[in-house]
Amino acid sequence: MANIELEKASHLIPEFRYREDGMNVTRGSVWSGPGCHEGCGVLIYTDDDGKLIKVEGDPENPFNKGRLCSRCLALHEVVNSPERLRHPMKRAREDRGKDKWERITWDEAFDIIYERFSDIKERYGAEAIACCFGTGRDIVPWIYRLAYTIGTPNTIFTMSGMSCYLTRVLGCIASTGCFWVGDYSQQFLRRYEDPRWKRPDTIVVWGNNPLVANADGMYGHWAVDCMKLGSKIIAVDPRVTWLAAKAEVHLAIRPGTDGALAIAMLNYIISNDLYDHDFVDKWCYGFNELAEHVKDFTLEKAEEITYIPKEKIAKAALMIAESEGSILQWGVAFDMTKEALPASQAAFAIFVITGQIDRPGGMVMPTEILRFVGGWGYEELILGKHQDMIDKRIGMHEYGLLNAGIMACSTDRWIEQMETGEPYKMAGIWIQTTNFLACTSPDPKRTLAACNKMEFIAAVDMFMTPTIMALADVVLPVSAFTEKVGLRVGDGFQRCETINRASDPGDTRSDVEINMTLGKRFDPEAWPWERTEDVFSAVIKDCGGIDMTYEDFQELAPGYQPFEYYRYESGKLRADGLPGFNTRTGRIELWSTYYSSVGLEPLPYFEEPIPGPVSTPELLEEYPLILTTGARSWFFFHSEHRMIDSLRSRHPWPRIQMNPKTAEINGVSDGDWVWVENHRGRCKRKVEITPIIDPRIVMADHGWWLPEEPGDFDEGLFGLWDMDINNLLKWQAGRAGVGSNYKTMLCKIYKAEPGDEHNTWTREEAYSYVPREDD
Amino acid sequence: MTKGLLIDYTWCTGCHACETACKRELGLPREQFGIKLAEYIWPMDEGKDFAHTDNWQYTYFPMPLDACDLCEERTAKGKLPSCVHHCQANCLFYGEIEDLMERFLEHPRQSLFHL
Ligand code: SF4
Ligand code: SF4
Ligand code: SF4
Repeated sequence: MANIELEKASHLIPEFRYREDGMNVTRGSVWSGPGCHEGCGVLIYTDDDGKLIKVEGDPENPFNKGRLCSRCLALHEVVNSPERLRHPMKRAREDRGKDKWERITWDEAFDIIYERFSDIKERYGAEAIACCFGTGRDIVPWIYRLAYTIGTPNTIFTMSGMSCYLTRVLGCIASTGCFWVGDYSQQFLRRYEDPRWKRPDTIVVWGNNPLVANADGMYGHWAVDCMKLGSKIIAVDPRVTWLAAKAEVHLAIRPGTDGALAIAMLNYIISNDLYDHDFVDKWCYGFNELAEHVKDFTLEKAEEITYIPKEKIAKAALMIAESEGSILQWGVAFDMTKEALPASQAAFAIFVITGQIDRPGGMVMPTEILRFVGGWGYEELILGKHQDMIDKRIGMHEYGLLNAGIMACSTDRWIEQMETGEPYKMAGIWIQTTNFLACTSPDPKRTLAACNKMEFIAAVDMFMTPTIMALADVVLPVSAFTEKVGLRVGDGFQRCETINRASDPGDTRSDVEINMTLGKRFDPEAWPWERTEDVFSAVIKDCGGIDMTYEDFQELAPGYQPFEYYRYESGKLRADGLPGFNTRTGRIELWSTYYSSVGLEPLPYFEEPIPGPVSTPELLEEYPLILTTGARSWFFFHSEHRMIDSLRSRHPWPRIQMNPKTAEINGVSDGDWVWVENHRGRCKRKVEITPIIDPRIVMADHGWWLPEEPGDFDEGLFGLWDMDINNLLKWQAGRAGVGSNYKTMLCKIYKAEPGDEHNTWTREEAYSYVPREDD
Repeated sequence: MTKGLLIDYTWCTGCHACETACKRELGLPREQFGIKLAEYIWPMDEGKDFAHTDNWQYTYFPMPLDACDLCEERTAKGKLPSCVHHCQANCLFYGEIEDLMERFLEHPRQSLFHL
């Protein structure tokens, strides 16, 4: 085992547990639920009965330096909420959608789940069971291992086209050998003071609002820290966000046209000879083909497509090219368009040909302990014990890209497979850390009906959700992060951060503990550990190559792994030790041999979003507005937190932002309830009038349901059908099997008048729903 | 010795963390705040709208309100006020007015508050 030396933060109080003012303080990190997947450093305050009093930011943790967003500041309300699930419950299959839950013991719950899944395995094979997770929180490695223990290769990220993060990860791995993130000095203990680091000249905020989103291991306000040090912002956003308003140049883009913008920038940079010749000559493959391929994509053409004046595109491209260190701070707007892969390929290529790779203040490759997108335990359990499953992963034959380095299935094919039973029958679902009906799933009616065909569904969550109410037969209550031990091995750089138990979990259990207990029933050899701490020790040693135990990590945290720039020069990116990148050609592939080998276009292209003003002009008369969804909230994490008063009271209702002109034309006023409707469905939103958005575009938030409303299906399923923006969306992945259209639609808006205030949909109708012709 | 808050609102991103931190610190009910954001967001070129200007007044300003006691309890124990501690943009500062005055004069567009 390589013994990696870690650099350790020093603390005024060396112990991670101490007393202060009659309270117990436990230092540690955050890995949800609840909240996001950033891993901020926190100080958890509890009383002597183990009740959570509050959480404060840990000023000594280099990641967030004491700062916290509203969600962790209100954590005590979430953890102590009377609404939380506190005990396992069961319900008869025929009572799905009815509030007929019956409390059971953990033993009984595990007995039922084990028996039902074993029965499905026996009758249809283990592959008939799918294990579903949501965003990259403290579940991904453990749910893979549970699935592989049961013997199924089917782990599902419950979004059409896996269109959050994984799309960009996959594209980068396939064409560069690894994933790259912006260098905000997060890899260094001394952060901005580390002499190896240099502040980025430019930060290109493209397709996300990082200050609110805090996504992909990037603490959003690092961008502000860098601005104070002199970094300039280039913002690509349909709205004038705070960052866009302070930007050197703001490219107000038409949603879904990022690929066109990127290709035009490539052409501008190449044809004006602004690229980094040295880097391109030495380290890139396929540059001439790329140059030839993009040469007709002029700024004029891009202006017409994207709505962005060509002078601004040129200015932004020049700024990136001239930067000594430029960060592509990209986000889900890339993933959430159908042809996400070529769009992100084009955007990343800008940073490649301008030489921003693996340099200070540019794009760097995160150090990791466990590459969780690769699925923990695959070699040992699927290759080792269930070889008959190697070929069964849903979508792997159809979509060659899915074999490039992630182990999740094609979610879109899974939905179809539940409906048709082809190529094999699906019969069970394990749902953990995802409320997909209210959050990630397009067309929730179709999803619900497809899932309802399953013979047995078990779910794990902190709260009752519409997904569980509609579908689950057994539900298990999970611990919050202050109630568990854990190891943050999430997205972005993985530091040595532990999640330390501080408050009393009561009758709840942690995700890992649940998976280990259930996993042991199926195959004790696959979980040869007694305590969850031992699971983490194994991860640290076997995956991280660090000769330490979990307990060592607790003492040390936060610890930093060694980091070097320019590893492609020293041969440290490749297993064979040769200089270059970890691709077939050893270079960054602008012309992707991987894409080509799996039948995809090797060079980036742009395709108009469908529907849209260009692709479906016939829809414009009835649906004249461009709708984009997924606007993040300061107070919620996706579909979470709606039952937390101090947060909900700050963002009480779902909203649709529009320009004053748009409101005037449509005869609506600020605060009006309106229906947002397209040819597929509608949902309700409250109007928020703001000058920051183009009059042609409206922007809706996502993840809405109303926990205060009745959960019973026939009484509205917590208001889901009225509030779910995904009623307007369709299951539909891009050509590569990744990417889907969440952010570009056409719609109309009209007032929700008395007598037309609800989308009624009965249980009967729902469970017998047949997909539409065009699905 | 007068203590105060210095607010460098140029960097305030409108994240509301100070509000949430303060409400918790003071144990305030839903409707009440010890610090509250004011905001003014508008395109500044006469007659020009979204598509035709880059000239925005885009300002958030965290206003300390009457309930603010400069975190008496916390600061007595040597801690920073909760809003200052948690401010995501690091644009709130606490200290002796004289010390804050120095920073106040170094950067334009700030505001100084004391009780
Ligand atoms: S970004 Fe916010 S929700 Fe996420 S860990 Fe940090 S404080 Fe918590
Ligand atoms: S100093 Fe304390 S009391 Fe005053 S606004 Fe800040 S958090 Fe509230
Ligand atoms: S916490 Fe700081 S950045 Fe956020 S709103 Fe308050 S003052 Fe502004």
